[in-house]
Amino acid sequence: MAKRIGKDTVILENYPSIIGYGCVVGKKEKEGPLGSYFNSFDNDARFGEKSFEKAESRLQKIAVENALKKANLSEKDIDMIFAGDLLNQCIGSTFGLRKMGISLLGLYGACSTMALGLGISAVMVDSGAANTAIAVTSSHFCSAERQYRFPLEYGALRPQTAQRTVTGSGATILGKSNVLPFINAVTFGKVTDFGITDANNMGAAMAPSAASTLISFFNDTNTMPCDYDAIYSGDLGDVGTKILLKLMLDEGYDIKPNHNDCGLMMFDRKKQDVHSGGSGCGCSASILNSYIMNEFETNKLKNILFMSTGALLSPTSTMQGESIPGISHLVNIKMR
Amino acid sequence: MQYSNENYKKLAGEFSPKSPKVKDFVFAFVVGGIVCVFGQLLLELFLCLDIKEEISEILVPCTLIFIAVLFTGLKIFPSIAKFSGAGVLVPITGFANAVASPAIEFKNEGFVLGVGSKIFTVAGPVILYGTTASVIYGVIYYIVRAVF
Repeated sequence: MAKRIGKDTVILENYPSIIGYGCVVGKKEKEGPLGSYFNSFDNDARFGEKSFEKAESRLQKIAVENALKKANLSEKDIDMIFAGDLLNQCIGSTFGLRKMGISLLGLYGACSTMALGLGISAVMVDSGAANTAIAVTSSHFCSAERQYRFPLEYGALRPQTAQRTVTGSGATILGKSNVLPFINAVTFGKVTDFGITDANNMGAAMAPSAASTLISFFNDTNTMPCDYDAIYSGDLGDVGTKILLKLMLDEGYDIKPNHNDCGLMMFDRKKQDVHSGGSGCGCSASILNSYIMNEFETNKLKNILFMSTGALLSPTSTMQGESIPGISHLVNIKMR
Repeated sequence: MQYSNENYKKLAGEFSPKSPKVKDFVFAFVVGGIVCVFGQLLLELFLCLDIKEEISEILVPCTLIFIAVLFTGLKIFPSIAKFSGAGVLVPITGFANAVASPAIEFKNEGFVLGVGSKIFTVAGPVILYGTTASVIYGVIYYIVRAVF
C-alpha cells in the first residue's frame, strides 16, 4: 500500500507499472530534435477537424488509442482515466474521451497535469482501487493562443522570455507488471507564488514551484540529485531552467549534470523561433510517452525524476494584474 | 528558498533576455518608412489617373487596408510584423490586421456570437479611446477658435 514518508512524498509499494504509453504531436514538434521519437503526428494543425478545440480533443483520443495499442489492451480493460488540459472547463479531455466508456476523472493542474495524473493513477493502482488507469493530457498551440493571447493572424510580437505551446498529447497506462518500469514515489507540489506577473515569462513564474517540489522530494526520500539518471522538468524553458538551477544550488543541490527540461528538448531554439522554449501540458506528456519511455526500453535510463510544471494563471487573473502561482508535481520512475 | 518577491523579481530579471531594442527600432523605422513611401506612391498613381485629389486621399488608406487584410488572410502579415514590429503595426495596416485577425479567428463561433462580438477584441480600445480623444480635441479646438 501507498505509504507517506517525510512531509510531502508518497512511496508506492505495489509497483504500479507503466504497461503502455502513446503520444501524438503536431508538425513543428515533429520537425524538432526529438522528431524521430514521435511516430504519430499530423501536418494539419486541425487534425482533420473543423476547429482547434476539436483538434485538441482528437489529440487526446489518438494518444489514448496509441497507448492502448502499445499495451495490447482495449478500452474495456481500463478502470479509470485521469485527464486534463488547458482549455476552459477541460473540454479537450472530456470531449475527446466521451466515447471511451471509461470512468473519467477530470484534472486541472495547468501544464503540471501529466505528472499529476500519473501520480494519482499510481496511487489508485497501488491501492487496488483500479487495476489499470490511464493518465492523459494535451495542449494545442492554436487553441491555447486563442484562449490566452491574441488571434493567430494578429501580428503581435512576443518577448524573448515567451514560450511556444506544444501541440501534442501523451497518455500513460498504469497496471501491474513484474518487468516494466514503475512509479516508485510521488510528490504532489504546493502552490508557490513569488510575485511574477508577466504572463510572457512563465518559466520565471514556475521555477520556484519546481525547486520547492524537488527539495521536498530530496528531503523526504533522503536522496541526492546524483542518485538519479536524469531529472526532467516539464516546461520551464530557458529562463525557468536557469532560475531553477540557481535556486537548487542556493539550497545545496547541484542538479545541472543530470537535469533537462522538456521545454528545451522539444524544439531547436536556434532554428525554430520558439524564444524561451516549449510549454503546455502536451510538452512533458509527449516527451515522457515517447523519448523517455524509449530510453527505459533501451535500458539507457533506470531511475529518473519526472516533474511537470504548471503556471496556474487564467486570462482573467492576468487582466486583473494578479501574480502567477506555479505548481509542480513529481514522480519517480524506476526500472524493476 | 529565501527570496522576497522583490528579490526574486530581480533574480528573474537577470536570467530573462531583453528584446533586441536597437534592431527592433531600426527595422520598424525602415519598414514603417517603406509603408509610408508606398502610400505616397499610391497617391501619385491615383493623381496620375486623373482621380480628384480628395478622392485619391481616401483611396490611399483604403488600398493599404485592403492589402493588409488580404495579407492577414493569406497568413503573410504576422511574418512581416514579426521582423518589422511597429513598422507595420502603427500605420493603418496594423489597425486593419487587428480587425481582420479576430474576424478570421472567431468564424468557428458563428457570425453573431463569434465574428460579430469578437471582431473588435484587439482594435476595440483604439476605437473607443481614439474617438473619445478626437471628440475632446474637437471641443478644445472649437473653444480655442471661438476665443481667439
